[in-house]
Amino acid sequence: MSTTTRAQFVNIGERTNVSGSAKFKRLIVDGDYEAALSVARDQVESGAQIIDINMDDGLLDGVEAMKTYLNLIAAEPDISRVPIMIDSSKWSVIEAGLKCVQGKAVVNSISMKEGEKAFLEHAELVRRYGAATVIMAFDEEGQAATADHKFEICERAYNLLIKEIDFPPEDIIFDPNIFAVATGIEEHNDYAVAFFEACKRIKANLPYARISGGLSNVSFAFRGNNPVREAMHSVFLYHAIPAGLDMAIVNAGQLTIYDDIPKELREHVEDVILNRRDDATDRLLDIADKYRGGKRKARVVDTKWRDADVTSRLSHALVHGITKFIDADTEEARLASERPLHVIEGPLMSGMNRVGDLFGAGKMFLPQVVKSARVMKQAVAHLMPFMDAEKEEMGTTHLSNGKIVMATVKGDVHDIGKNIVGVVLQCNGYEVIDLGVMVPCDKILKAAKEHNADLIGLSGLITPSLDEMVYVANEMQRLDMKMPLLIGGATTSKTHTAVKIEPGYKNNAAIYVADASRAVGVMSKLLGDTSQNYIDGIRTEYVRVRDVHERGQVKKKRLPLAQARANAFKPNFKNYTPPKPTFLGRKVFEDYDLNLARACIDWTPFFATWELKGRYPAILDNNVYGEAARDLFKDAQDMLDNIINNKWVTARATIGFWPATRNGDDITLFTDDTRTEHLAEFCTLRQQMIKTEGRSNFALSDFVADSGDYIGGFCVTAGLGEEGRAQAFKDGGDDYNAILFQALTDRLAEAMAEHMHERVRREFWGYESGDTFTSEEKIAEKYQGIRPAPGYPAQPDHTEKHTLFKLLGGKEVTGVELTESLAMWPASSVSGMYFSHPDSIYFGVGKIEKDQVEDYAKRKDMSLYDTQRWLAPILNYNPS
Amino acid sequence: MTHTHWPDIEAAIHNRIIMLDGAMGTMLQKHKFTEEQFKGEAYKDWPSLLKGNNDLLSITQPDAVRGVHAKFFAAGADMIETNTFNATTLSQADYNLQDHADTIALAGAKLARSVADEWTARTPHKPRVVLGSIGPLSKTLSLSPKVEDPGYREVDFDAVVATYRAQMSVMFDYVDALLIETVFDTLNAKAAIFAAETVFKDKGRKLPILISGTITDRSGRTLSGQTTEAFWASIAHARPFAVGLNCALGADEMRPYIHTLSKIAGCHIMAFPNAGLPNAFGEYDQTPQTMSEQVSPWAHEGMVNILGGCCGSTPEHIRAIADGVTDATPRIAPVITPTLRLSGLEPFTLAG
Repeated sequence: MSTTTRAQFVNIGERTNVSGSAKFKRLIVDGDYEAALSVARDQVESGAQIIDINMDDGLLDGVEAMKTYLNLIAAEPDISRVPIMIDSSKWSVIEAGLKCVQGKAVVNSISMKEGEKAFLEHAELVRRYGAATVIMAFDEEGQAATADHKFEICERAYNLLIKEIDFPPEDIIFDPNIFAVATGIEEHNDYAVAFFEACKRIKANLPYARISGGLSNVSFAFRGNNPVREAMHSVFLYHAIPAGLDMAIVNAGQLTIYDDIPKELREHVEDVILNRRDDATDRLLDIADKYRGGKRKARVVDTKWRDADVTSRLSHALVHGITKFIDADTEEARLASERPLHVIEGPLMSGMNRVGDLFGAGKMFLPQVVKSARVMKQAVAHLMPFMDAEKEEMGTTHLSNGKIVMATVKGDVHDIGKNIVGVVLQCNGYEVIDLGVMVPCDKILKAAKEHNADLIGLSGLITPSLDEMVYVANEMQRLDMKMPLLIGGATTSKTHTAVKIEPGYKNNAAIYVADASRAVGVMSKLLGDTSQNYIDGIRTEYVRVRDVHERGQVKKKRLPLAQARANAFKPNFKNYTPPKPTFLGRKVFEDYDLNLARACIDWTPFFATWELKGRYPAILDNNVYGEAARDLFKDAQDMLDNIINNKWVTARATIGFWPATRNGDDITLFTDDTRTEHLAEFCTLRQQMIKTEGRSNFALSDFVADSGDYIGGFCVTAGLGEEGRAQAFKDGGDDYNAILFQALTDRLAEAMAEHMHERVRREFWGYESGDTFTSEEKIAEKYQGIRPAPGYPAQPDHTEKHTLFKLLGGKEVTGVELTESLAMWPASSVSGMYFSHPDSIYFGVGKIEKDQVEDYAKRKDMSLYDTQRWLAPILNYNPS
Repeated sequence: MTHTHWPDIEAAIHNRIIMLDGAMGTMLQKHKFTEEQFKGEAYKDWPSLLKGNNDLLSITQPDAVRGVHAKFFAAGADMIETNTFNATTLSQADYNLQDHADTIALAGAKLARSVADEWTARTPHKPRVVLGSIGPLSKTLSLSPKVEDPGYREVDFDAVVATYRAQMSVMFDYVDALLIETVFDTLNAKAAIFAAETVFKDKGRKLPILISGTITDRSGRTLSGQTTEAFWASIAHARPFAVGLNCALGADEMRPYIHTLSKIAGCHIMAFPNAGLPNAFGEYDQTPQTMSEQVSPWAHEGMVNILGGCCGSTPEHIRAIADGVTDATPRIAPVITPTLRLSGLEPFTLAG
């Protein structure tokens, strides 16, 4: 049996959620509602039966964003045909959403968190607006974790709704809380089982009520390892659906079929989900890496690390969570150190920092970090007697490195992250006063005063917690508290901290801590001798973050189109005869010799692909990664030999020239030199930024003379056959060579474009003579004439590729196909236009105003809607 | 508050087809009132044109409106609709009469009440009731009037609730039930439902609600794009006494959608189609006989409980239909199993 067979199970699309999708959030924050709509459309097309819409983000006006988006969706029948799930933790946002949907929607969610009165008021309104609602298993005590508590809340809510306000039972959907399992914390192990049990009891006792849940929570501990997460989701559903789960918020495109999960993985995941054995988490962890990214081999047990020096051994033990040798290694380090404390500050801390980096990069998972902390704790425990003895000797009694009061803020119950921070800090010698969850501001501040805390740490996972943190910061200022404030948790961000929290707290630093394993570093810097430098540095950085954010928000003033045109660029056409190409029409170069292109490869971007930053060829001698660069370069040369000599790919170039004249902001092309028959029109866009005196507002058409001129077009591809080869590498488990191959065909295509441009200038258009330029000079674009490409800064409109490819003869001739979003396929292809005038330069159009977009749409005979869609990234206004 | 005969209707609806009236507008047009007559005494100095504001005639030509109500009762109607289709601040704003909307609504409600009470007294065995007519408004919540700006809205939900709430409040004491009718944008209807429940709370008493949507053409969708099933899912929370369709279509075109509604709705079903489709001059020329021949079978087949007519239907049409359904057994509502039903433009039902 597979999870897809029960037809009545409902997939709720999750991608239109700013707190769940970074991409969607960026689109909404940028006001790119067109693209945001296509996210919804994609979900409906890929089978979402309900779409969940969430605009909860500290940087967004949730009410406005929800209204705007829902009103736009109402105009898109292919999206609005399905019901909407209005998802917010703020009632004001939910209510605003309910006022915009004509269909019967689902509210997600309400709960008894704030007591029965508020709950019933909200439920009554939900009914009057004509919606169904999700009800979280959440009461005044918090979110229910056990089966008993979950059911007890649901039963109480059900009875209240039916008896007090005659709410239709069929419009009740319970969310009995899907929590993360395999977090490394023992109490979490039974979370999935408790969920299943609660589902069964709800179905047996509360007629017509439905059950929903947020599926991705369950696998949170394995973020970064999608294959394991997907397996966990499938296994969870496999057991939850028969128990009564009716619907779940899922990424429909990313569900593994239960039967397709490798047996070993499935069993280990099942052990975790069903809490079948005490070591289930460890066992899943042991094999998790094997399934990550598909086909990587299982890690071989390797004892070679024991041969390294003690610092490396400690680091290795921390990263891999190995406690076996930790006492001996710590002792060895202690003997080698002047003071026991130096072992902590030195090798152990640097090991933990490495853990922090790996965790931050998604290369370690939560339970591993907890394990690392365990190793750390053991090491510190070993050192403690020596430190105590030292302190007695030196007469100091102060044991703690510092004291922190930590809390999950009011209204929020998520504390896994905070608990991890607690563990990590404690084993680094800090005293942690953990106030728990849903802690009101005054309680936090009172505790901080009572305990004379050195710092306050606030945590939160849901969006409204952000507002609460802002409130706490402002209160700290009002009450003139002096200690630093640390901010952490899943929805927090550096931007939010810098924009909303830090400006309200002047007395000390307010600092965003990206994840648990960075907390120690931040704490030690804040409490160390150079704390003021650190705080100043953070302040400076946050000013910059605010500026960047601000700049993203404020629209720059633009010139009216007429004024921009009046300031058009005027190349020197005096005494200038445009050069005539050696042929008109198009010419195809089949099976282009890639050896010609090879010499033109620009290697600097190649290394950047591999995150090796630096210019070629100097990079080969780089101190840090020169060796890595040299190895890579050698592999690249070997593969280039293979690509070219063994014809792994074939290349083709197509170029063409046509008589052309400038036609305002457009360029008119003619069939032949009689210039009587109109062939095509290249439309171009004009800069509208305000220029300083003497600088023009450029458009590509400026570079074409009013009479007797020509224009060229080209398409080169080095990718014919590339797809199969890359896939073959991947199928063989050789990701390294797959990536190397793709990076090289990309470079070859660029090199071909460069090489062909040179031939055009010298042979085919023939206006250039004399010595050839060196590669470096070519890369620095020192030659005459340009080859701008549609979709790039000088002509940001991709749709001009339609015109270009029509002129060049389309796929049959060029070998290159345009996708619906006008990307070129094969990917290792380059296309563009040729301009010959010596004054022609590369420039960026920048943001443009509506007057130009309307004019441009008319010239292109495209609807304003479509034009705005294609030009969305460069619009200086909100098109909705 | 007048004594309501609604319980008699609730009893009768199990035994026979309840008859609704026909088209107020069509009947008033026959008078061919001039601008002066529209203005009458009360509005003779009104600076802007008022011709075409039929609801105003309840004040300026009350005898004409009375006459229409009386003719429909004489033709056999059990229920009449108040002449208040456009008696809201938002719709009267088209005539600069937004500040008079309450007065107009009140006049329409009182007038219908007095005629109904007269007829109840005259034929006590056949009590007559008044439905407060709540029209669709000239401004709509789900559609943008600007082609280039699909996210734009001319009016918001709260404003629509406010305008309906005001209209319902003034009519409340004079009507036996509310008829939210000619719904072409379901969100407007949802605002009307919201307003009605607010008024019920204000007054401490509920009135029955009847809701009638408009399927605009053979695509089977409302103007705002919903199918009949999706429309029902969106408004079922009003727990209406009856749901139905009216306007835009003649009986033959409307039939499949009434059939659908009769299968899915657990409440009574009403239908008041136009007298056919308009001819080339925009007139309805379907004869009473033809209309009755098309509509009456719905009753005999157990599809409907309430029948009447919309545009073009005269007292003769109502009489013909009433005659055609005298011996019909009314529809018995199906028992609908409770299950989660949602909708976008299309319905969504979670099975099992």
